[in-house]
Amino acid sequence: MHYAPAPLHIPDGFLNVTVSAICWVITVIVIGMAVSRTNKSLGEKQVPLMGIMAAFIFAAQMINFPVAGGTSGHLLGGALAAIVLGPWAGMLVMTAVIAVQGLLFQDGGLLVMGANILNMGLLTAAIGYGLYRSVMNKSTGTKLAVAGVAAWLSVMAGALATALQLWLSGTSSLQTVTIAMLSVHALIGIGEALITVAALSFIFRTRPDLLGEGSVSAEGGRGWIAAGVVVSLLVVLLSPLASANPDGLERVATDLGFIEAGQAAPYEIIPNYTLPFLGETPLSTILAGAIGALIVLGIVVATGRSLQKKTS
Amino acid sequence: MHFDAFDRYHDTGSFIHRLDPRVKVVVTVAYILSNALLPDGAWTAFGLAWLFLLFASALSNLGPGFTFKRSFIALPFALAAVTVLFSIPGSPLSTFHFLFWNLTITDMGLLRFVSIVVRSWLSVQMAILLVATTRFPDIVHALEHLRVPAILTTIIAFLYRYLFVLVDEVFRLLRAREARSAAAPGSRSGGSAAWRARVAGNMAGQLFLRSYERSDRVYNAMLARGYTGRLNTIHPHEMHRMDYIVTVLALFIILLFQLIGRI
Repeated sequence: MHYAPAPLHIPDGFLNVTVSAICWVITVIVIGMAVSRTNKSLGEKQVPLMGIMAAFIFAAQMINFPVAGGTSGHLLGGALAAIVLGPWAGMLVMTAVIAVQGLLFQDGGLLVMGANILNMGLLTAAIGYGLYRSVMNKSTGTKLAVAGVAAWLSVMAGALATALQLWLSGTSSLQTVTIAMLSVHALIGIGEALITVAALSFIFRTRPDLLGEGSVSAEGGRGWIAAGVVVSLLVVLLSPLASANPDGLERVATDLGFIEAGQAAPYEIIPNYTLPFLGETPLSTILAGAIGALIVLGIVVATGRSLQKKTS
Repeated sequence: MHFDAFDRYHDTGSFIHRLDPRVKVVVTVAYILSNALLPDGAWTAFGLAWLFLLFASALSNLGPGFTFKRSFIALPFALAAVTVLFSIPGSPLSTFHFLFWNLTITDMGLLRFVSIVVRSWLSVQMAILLVATTRFPDIVHALEHLRVPAILTTIIAFLYRYLFVLVDEVFRLLRAREARSAAAPGSRSGGSAAWRARVAGNMAGQLFLRSYERSDRVYNAMLARGYTGRLNTIHPHEMHRMDYIVTVLALFIILLFQLIGRI
C-alpha cells in the first residue's frame, strides 16, 4: 500500500494528559465554530461534497514523487483543502482525515487526536487560507506564489506546534526536538509547496470558476487574514527562539507557569497520592490550562469578529 | 479495489465483536487515558494493563499475537523521546561519546523513556483491537451516539465510503504516470525534482477535479434515492444488559489500575 505516514502524527503515550486536554479544548472549540458556521452557510449538498473532498485529501496524500536517495515527497494537504474549500469546510475535512487516520490506521493516537487535529488541520488551514485570502484579488501569479509560501509555512507551523507539545509534555528537550522537527519539515514543506502550487495552477487553468468570485473558496471573511498572519508570525518568531535560544523560551514558559502546567502530571508522582482523579493539583492544572486556552482563543475570536464585520 | 485492502476489521465473530460499538469506543479511550495518567515506572499497573489487553485479545478470538504483530507502528516516533534519556536530571548510569557530544544516560531519564514507550505500545494495541473487532461504519455510528456533531460523522462516513473509489483513481493516475515515464536504457526517466513535483501537483489537481465532479454525480444520485440531509441505518444499535455490565466492569478495572499505579 502506498500509504505513507507523515512524521507529524503523534501516537498515544507521547503527550501527557494536561497537554492533550488543552489541545482538545482548543480543537473542540474551533471545530464547534466550524460546525455551526458550515451548518448555517452550507446546504445539504455540501455535505457529500465535503465527505468526498476528505477522501480526496486522503487519496492525494498517496501521490508521491521521488526526490533523492530513495525518499519521496508527498502532500499533507491542509493548506490546499482550506484554499479550495474555504477555511471552515477545510478544517472539517482535515479533521475527518486525521480522525480516520487515527481510528483506522493507528496513525496518530486517540487521546492525542486533539493535538494532531490542531497541528495538521487547524493551524495549516488558518495559515493556508489566511495568507491566500490576503491576495485574493491579485493576479493569479501572486496568488500561486503566496499559496506556495503559505503551504510551506503551514507545514512548519505543524512541526513547531508538535515540537512544543512534546516539550511541554516532558517527552523531549526543547532545542533538540525543535531543530529536528523544523529541519526535516523545512524539506517536506518544499514538496508540499510545489505540489500545492501545481495543483492550484492546474485548477486555475481548468476550472477557474471553483476558485473565483462566489465559490466556496471565496467565502471566508477578512478575519482570516488576521488569523493567518498571527499564526505565521508566531511560527516565524518562535522557531528561531526555540532552536537557537531555548533558555529564553523556557524562562518565559516558567515565568508564565506553562512548564508547571504542562509537566505537573508526569513529574508530580508522589507515592501517597490517594485519589488521583479528585486530587487537587492535576485537576486544577488542567482547568487552569483550559481556562488560559479559552482566554487566548476568546481574544483571537473577538479580533477576528471585529475584523469580519464587513462580510455580509 | 475491495474494501478490506484498508479495513483492519476481522470478521471472526466473538464476544468482543458482538459488544455494542459504543462500549468498545468508550473502554478503549478510557484505557488509553488511564495509560497516559499512570505515573512513570508504575510497572505493576502497566503489567496489569497488559494482562487486561491480553484478556480482551483472547476474548476477541483473533488469535494470539494479532495485536502484537502490528504494535510497533508507533515505534519510530520513540526517536522524539530519546532526548529525555540525557536531559532529565538523575544519577548517571552510563556515559558515552557520540560525534562531539558527551552523553550521559540518567536513571530517571531511562525510567521516563521506557515508560513513554510502554504507554504508547499498550495504547496502540488497544486501538488495533478496537478496529479489528468493530466495523468502521459501526465506529462512526458509535461516535454519533456519543454526541460527535452529525456533520463530522457524516463527512467521516463519506470519507470511508469513497476512499476506496478515489484510491482506485490514484492508482490509475500513478499507472498512467508510469506508462508515460519511458527512459533510454541507462538513464533515469523524468526531469528535476521540481519538475517531478509539478507532475505530482498536476495529478493532485486532476484528482481534485475528478473528485469534485464525482461528488456532483453522487449528490444527484442520492437525491434520486430520497436523500434529505441525513443518513439512515437499519442497524439500530441498542445497548443490552451485557453491554452495560461489560462497560461498568471494564471501567472499574481500569480505575483499579490507577489506584494500584499510584500506591
